[in-house]
Amino acid sequence: MPQITFKAAVESIPAVTEFVDGILEENNCSMKAQMQLRIAIDELFSNIAHYAYPDGEGEATVAADFDEPQRMLALTFIDSGIPYNPLEKEDPDITLSAEERQIGGLGIMMVRKTMDDMTYVYRDGQNILTIYKKI
Amino acid sequence: MNISKQLENNALTIALQGRLDTTTAPELEQELQNSLDGVTALRFDFAELEYISSAGLRVLLTSQKRMNQQGSMVVCHVNETIAEVFEITGFSDVLTIE
Repeated sequence: MPQITFKAAVESIPAVTEFVDGILEENNCSMKAQMQLRIAIDELFSNIAHYAYPDGEGEATVAADFDEPQRMLALTFIDSGIPYNPLEKEDPDITLSAEERQIGGLGIMMVRKTMDDMTYVYRDGQNILTIYKKI
Repeated sequence: MNISKQLENNALTIALQGRLDTTTAPELEQELQNSLDGVTALRFDFAELEYISSAGLRVLLTSQKRMNQQGSMVVCHVNETIAEVFEITGFSDVLTIE
């Protein structure tokens, strides 16, 4: 399973995207799924970069596993930061006016709605978040 | 991401090319802070924009709130991916999309 460890920083996002793009292009991913995955990577990795290590620097690993017969890509994000389960986050109210709107939580909601599945487990001091997408 | 601006009287068109995400949203935010004085009609042209993440939505929302005070704002030439993002997040109700 190909995986790369990155510095848990916003500056790493283009490199994470490039790593995943490589896998998608090898497997003839549709443009639509590729765009949705790029957005998901931006949301999930920026969450790690902003919140996982409040006291300093850390790392995050991204692992890709492609189930060819099912055409299902599993992307796993692993960090050793503070425990955080994004699946427990409630969806924000998306019916409010511009003045009342909050952005918090929109990213995770978008990921949830555009991916086929999403799982989270905290194990051995690590946040392990996996998204599944048919490509 | 490339940002190009065209100002005609008080109407400003901002065309974006590339990705509006965590890495690039601060550039747009900066650009808007410096460009909106006296603008009464703001138009975003997304014809060359590939996708937008929540970091980009944040900047659009800030901009919409400001334009609510001083004029109007429209977003045009939105691709399928971006239209889906606006739909899922309810931004299709907050923004004026042409």
